[in-house]
Amino acid sequence: MKHLFSGGVHPDGHKELSRGTAVVTVPAPETVIIPLIQHIGSACKPLVAAGDRVLMGQVIGDGDAKSSPVHATVSGTVTAIEERAVPSGGSAPCVIIKNDFKDEAVEMKGVADWESLDAKAVAELVRAAGVVGMGGAAFPTNSKIASTAGKTKDVLINACECEPYITSDDTIMCTATADVIGGARLLAKVLGAEKSIIAIEDNKPEAIEALRAEAGDDPLIEVRVLPTRYPQGAKKQLILAVTGHEVAPGARSGALFNVTTTANVYRAVTRGQPLLEKIVTVTGEGAVEPKNVLVRIGTSFADAVKAAGGIKEETVEVVAGGPMMGKSVESLDVPVVKGTNAILCLTKLADSSAEGPCIRCGKCASVCPMYLQPLYMYRYAKENMRGELKRLNLDDCMECGCCSFVCPAKLPLTETFVLAKHMLKGGK
Amino acid sequence: MNLSVSSAPHIRSSENTRRLMLTVLIALVPTLIAGIIVFGFRALLIVVISMAASIATELVCGLVTGKKASVTDGSAAVTGLLLALTLPASVPYWMPAVGGVFAIVVAKCLCGGLGQNVFNPALAARAFLMLFWPTTLVRYAAPGALGFANNVDIVATSTPLQSMARGGLPEGQTLMDMFLGNTGGCIGEVSALALLIGAAILLATRTINWRIPVAYVGTVAALALFFARGDDPIMWMLYSVLGGGLLIGAIFMATDYSSSPTTSLGQLVFGIGCGALTVLFRYKGFYPEGVTYAILIMNAFAWALDRYLPPRSFGVAKGGPAQ
Repeated sequence: MKHLFSGGVHPDGHKELSRGTAVVTVPAPETVIIPLIQHIGSACKPLVAAGDRVLMGQVIGDGDAKSSPVHATVSGTVTAIEERAVPSGGSAPCVIIKNDFKDEAVEMKGVADWESLDAKAVAELVRAAGVVGMGGAAFPTNSKIASTAGKTKDVLINACECEPYITSDDTIMCTATADVIGGARLLAKVLGAEKSIIAIEDNKPEAIEALRAEAGDDPLIEVRVLPTRYPQGAKKQLILAVTGHEVAPGARSGALFNVTTTANVYRAVTRGQPLLEKIVTVTGEGAVEPKNVLVRIGTSFADAVKAAGGIKEETVEVVAGGPMMGKSVESLDVPVVKGTNAILCLTKLADSSAEGPCIRCGKCASVCPMYLQPLYMYRYAKENMRGELKRLNLDDCMECGCCSFVCPAKLPLTETFVLAKHMLKGGK
Repeated sequence: MNLSVSSAPHIRSSENTRRLMLTVLIALVPTLIAGIIVFGFRALLIVVISMAASIATELVCGLVTGKKASVTDGSAAVTGLLLALTLPASVPYWMPAVGGVFAIVVAKCLCGGLGQNVFNPALAARAFLMLFWPTTLVRYAAPGALGFANNVDIVATSTPLQSMARGGLPEGQTLMDMFLGNTGGCIGEVSALALLIGAAILLATRTINWRIPVAYVGTVAALALFFARGDDPIMWMLYSVLGGGLLIGAIFMATDYSSSPTTSLGQLVFGIGCGALTVLFRYKGFYPEGVTYAILIMNAFAWALDRYLPPRSFGVAKGGPAQ
């Protein structure tokens, strides 16, 4: 019954830096910066204008079916709607709200008796709450519920948190266990599945114990413990590890939900609670007191980091997300968004100084979880050889970073593939 | 505070090219020690000359081509050591120097340097030396006879493979002699035990994987069993595996990164090809030994094997269309 995925790496976890510390609530900031697009899909249109007074939880931006609404996370006055830098790189239109520190909230209405709801009603509640996938892609969760209802045998709950350093999912599982299990039950029922399988890596023993205790002997819940290996939390790898099946290229990966997303689904449905705040791991050797913080969306990285004692002088790089796939930010002015799970403060840059030639050791290929041949992809990407790149299935690359991580010549493999994929798409 | 912006991943493993080369050198130490014990300090001298020539040549090539750092990656040291180990301890002192220069200039640098060479530099150099001085290269000192002596003729002996080429098992050499290295031969090929310790080091550190060595040795063993000469096929097979340069070739030469395939299937086919050619050359070739040319010929197929035996695509069933 052991299903493993191929390839992958074992970077040092560094999870002990932030794990087990009490969650500190970051004080609501003077102003919040709410990007109008925090998800995969189309951007929201602002529903407010400068000068408007807004309440906490009020929808301030919404769009078509492929978008997910954004909410005011404080009460106060809209001061501007303008382009601001965002953690995913570049800038996006944002609603800027000056906090009046009254926290006047719109009334939240959930459906405690959720068992009476069908998938459509649940999807509507989830969309109204602005819940998007917290595992990285930030895909609107309501769309996933709508597209997988009645079509899935098991619901997969992704609790791997395989990126080093990050412990925010771990913290949710330990501190909001009831919401996680409640969400897992809810999704299994609503999607018409036999059960929800919560897949978790064996480096989180406290969370495993908490989940098992909360689930009891409920046949709707299975806690599946997997040996720790990066990138087990990638959707295709997790599906392979849990079910033994490989998702075909281009096929939908089905009912797979991140564990924090699952808790947010439960809160949205049962309490009508929109996504206003989230747990973010502030960590890394550059963080003075690494810990998990509860922070309102729209709070700047600088304010969030302050709650963890600030950052050390020797910090050279701050990454939104984990060290393997996270994006480094240019300044700490960017806001925490729905998809932010960690603020990683590094005191050392990855070693790329000793870039030598490829020695064809083949380690990149042996760790590639998608069975690709990075050594040849790198060679052909350098020469812009589109045909060869297609033959080598460049598009299957999910940019997990394993090849770059192991490369003894310290070649910028992943970086090159990101650019090459753009080139293939752009037709240039 | 000035923040750097870099592409993911933001962490790297501690592995690097120099460390890999160092691991190979360490894995060769038991073989070097065995060579010195068997053939005396002359063997060490040959090794030192070969390594010095290779490293010095790499330095010059690096200066000429502008790849200054190439000498520090350790690959030239590996080439020099491997070349020396494929020579008899009795060769004249200038020979490893000539071989080292050829290996680095022709086989490596002219191909574009580290990672670009089509042929294993050490074996290419050995093949080059065989072209001009074949008799010197197949004249072996008996174990323990050499010391610092230069006049090899008085101590020359037959290697096990030379005996076997005449159709029978070598007399006076037990399997244990073959395993420990108490036979005539090249500096680095005689002690199977030392080579296997090296293989264990390379495998344990994941410097190489099992596919090429196992496919190579397995093919030679199977073919030797099938085409055995004499009364005892099992003994013939064991002597065939332990004799000559098979083990050093399978463990250290055929696994050279640059000149071997990287895909799983490619590596298996490469190993099988090396094994089949080795047996063919041993049986039908002019020399009793076939490893050098078997590996060099298969080297030419390395890139093609990678191209035509790629890993299967994720989510696509073997040999079938996407589901």
